[in-house]
Amino acid sequence: MPLYPHRHLLALEGLEPPYIAELLDLAESYVLLNRGGKTQRDLLRGRTLINLFFEDSTRTRTSFELAGKRLGADVINMSVSTSSVNKGETLLDTASTLNAMRTDLLVVRHAQSGAPALLSQKVEAAVINAGDGTHEHPTQALLDALTIRRRKGTLENLTVAICGDVLHSRVARSNIHLLLAMNCRVRIVGPPTLIPAEAEALGVEVHHDMRSGLRDADVVMMLRLQRERMAGGLVPSAREFFRFYGLDAAKLRVARPDAIVMHPGPMNRGVEIDSAVADDPQRSVIGEQVEMGVAVRMAVLDVLSRNGRRNAR
Amino acid sequence: MIRPVLLTNARLLCPAGGRDSPGTLLVQEGRIAGLDGDGAPEGAETVDCGGAVLAPGLIDLRAALGEPGHEHRETIGTAAEAAAAGGITTLCALPDSDPALDDPAILQFILRKGEATGSLTVLPYGAATKGCAGAEITEFGLLAEAGAVAFTDGARAIASARTMRLALSYARAFGRFVVQHPEEPSLGRGACATEGEMATRMGLPAAPAAAEAMMVARDIALARLTRGHVHFAHVSTAAALELIRAAKAEGLRVTCDTAPPYFDLNETAIGDFRTYAKLSPPLRREGDRRAVVAALADGTVDAVASDHQPRDADDKRVPFAAAEAGGAGLATLLGVTLARVHAGDLTLMRAVELLTAAPARLLGLEAGRLAPGAPADLVLFDPDRAWKVEAGRLPGKAQNSPFDGRALEGRVVGTWKAGRRVFG
Repeated sequence: MPLYPHRHLLALEGLEPPYIAELLDLAESYVLLNRGGKTQRDLLRGRTLINLFFEDSTRTRTSFELAGKRLGADVINMSVSTSSVNKGETLLDTASTLNAMRTDLLVVRHAQSGAPALLSQKVEAAVINAGDGTHEHPTQALLDALTIRRRKGTLENLTVAICGDVLHSRVARSNIHLLLAMNCRVRIVGPPTLIPAEAEALGVEVHHDMRSGLRDADVVMMLRLQRERMAGGLVPSAREFFRFYGLDAAKLRVARPDAIVMHPGPMNRGVEIDSAVADDPQRSVIGEQVEMGVAVRMAVLDVLSRNGRRNAR
Repeated sequence: MIRPVLLTNARLLCPAGGRDSPGTLLVQEGRIAGLDGDGAPEGAETVDCGGAVLAPGLIDLRAALGEPGHEHRETIGTAAEAAAAGGITTLCALPDSDPALDDPAILQFILRKGEATGSLTVLPYGAATKGCAGAEITEFGLLAEAGAVAFTDGARAIASARTMRLALSYARAFGRFVVQHPEEPSLGRGACATEGEMATRMGLPAAPAAAEAMMVARDIALARLTRGHVHFAHVSTAAALELIRAAKAEGLRVTCDTAPPYFDLNETAIGDFRTYAKLSPPLRREGDRRAVVAALADGTVDAVASDHQPRDADDKRVPFAAAEAGGAGLATLLGVTLARVHAGDLTLMRAVELLTAAPARLLGLEAGRLAPGAPADLVLFDPDRAWKVEAGRLPGKAQNSPFDGRALEGRVVGTWKAGRRVFG
């Protein structure tokens, strides 16, 4: 079995398929453990996990907290308001504080792309990127991949449509890297104002029409549209966005009959997704994504803490 | 059921099909049923065209209507009268009315009013920005579904580069283009003439002609960036046309139109402070006028539009700087364009193409050609019949023609809309 070779998990871009598979296989075993109501509290006993969140997030932070506790780590949540910390200098001051606390695992969410990478250069702990700006959100893509693999039986050669505000989405970027590594055909679908420049260069197809973008798709991933996008003029109104880019049953009809619908949450019902689709047990795997999130994060903590031990030796 | 109409003894001129030859044309059920057929079907009405030119009805790419908001200047009804007299059967209405055409419901109102005329198809533009205020883009998708042919802020330039970028980019998703009034507004504030000797002698606040090329250059760069389609309205300067020519050669989606004042008049027309010749953009120097003529012939200019801007006496009977810019143009569109044919600058085929097939192609319309199945929107004109433009005696309500007093050769003698005679 390949062994994840890195000290941190900062991005999925460039991560080789065998290591993705390793993380997913390990996560699979944690799904079974969690479903059996068991814990493995000796694995990370005596280790310190700090959730360092510079940006509000209830879901991701809770998921990491639960993952750490199920493996026996001492979990501490640090929320730092964005207003007080926005200079690189302060971030590095934070790093020395964390070093002094002898942190083993550091989960970082930050509004600036590259902030976790900068921290990783200065801290002794293993750093896990829990979302940085519009760059990456690796554990979200891993949990999406696990959800897809369990539903579809494979991750390879699927057609995946990632829809909505791709421009501002770290979830989209991590998913694009992972899915392309697994030989999926990836389409990004959205109005031209929400598609990043030269997106084709990443290896994806760009569609501005949901009908062509969703045609024969195995997986439809919806992204959250933030209200600020409308204030910024990138989208004229919520009603127009929903009419042309919101996922409803009619638009989903051109996808494969067994296509699954995903959303990283929290959803804007009636903006990017219709409730009838979001709550359809045949199609929607949105609840399952949350469950897979805990398992994937347990796997990541497990692997990185092993590497930490190895390095310490 | 309307009687079939057989138009005989006509010179059929169809730039879309490359035809210019004598023939007959049969109209049935509002559509062209056939060309050069033998004899008339039972009960058909026969019209002898007397050898005059029978061409597709003109498609006017750009006209302001008084409605909604300025009914004292023009209504859709009076504009339709002027259009019929001018041979225009399809007209694109500018959205910078009051209220602006920035909501699907207002657009549908315009479409319904157009249908009610029975003589003119009115195709509304959607406002590019909310209230044509230049800040936030409108609901292009919903407006396109409601019938918006393209997006523009009308006589107002979309000044912010970011807004223009978003508009060009967003319009791509719905297969629409964005029409720009190309004038850098910060250079034109308060101006009412083109900067130069003429304006200096008259003591008029003026804007440099380069204000047009600046905006054209910027928007070409944005078209390259967004891969969107930008269309420049009423282009009037040599420098702007040169940029557009180069952009087309590069393969960018850049098109433009101009209007009769810019190839028939120069800035001397504002002499004696004639407010009817106060236009936006202002009339230019003779060298620019000649460059516009050359661009009509070589294909740099895609279409000729009336740029009709109805104004009433209160708008124009004031000192020049205080007068509203804009000229009436529906009734004179064909005649002034034909003046370029008589001058030897354009072929008749090219002149009619600029008014029919070219705008049809730009808008993706099925009108604008003489072919079986196409709508029987037709104009019959005598290219040599002389007449004089007289403000006060023009069809429709708006009388503010910059061509007041101009003698023209080429007059509309009949107009048909969907097979029904609406003029002549």
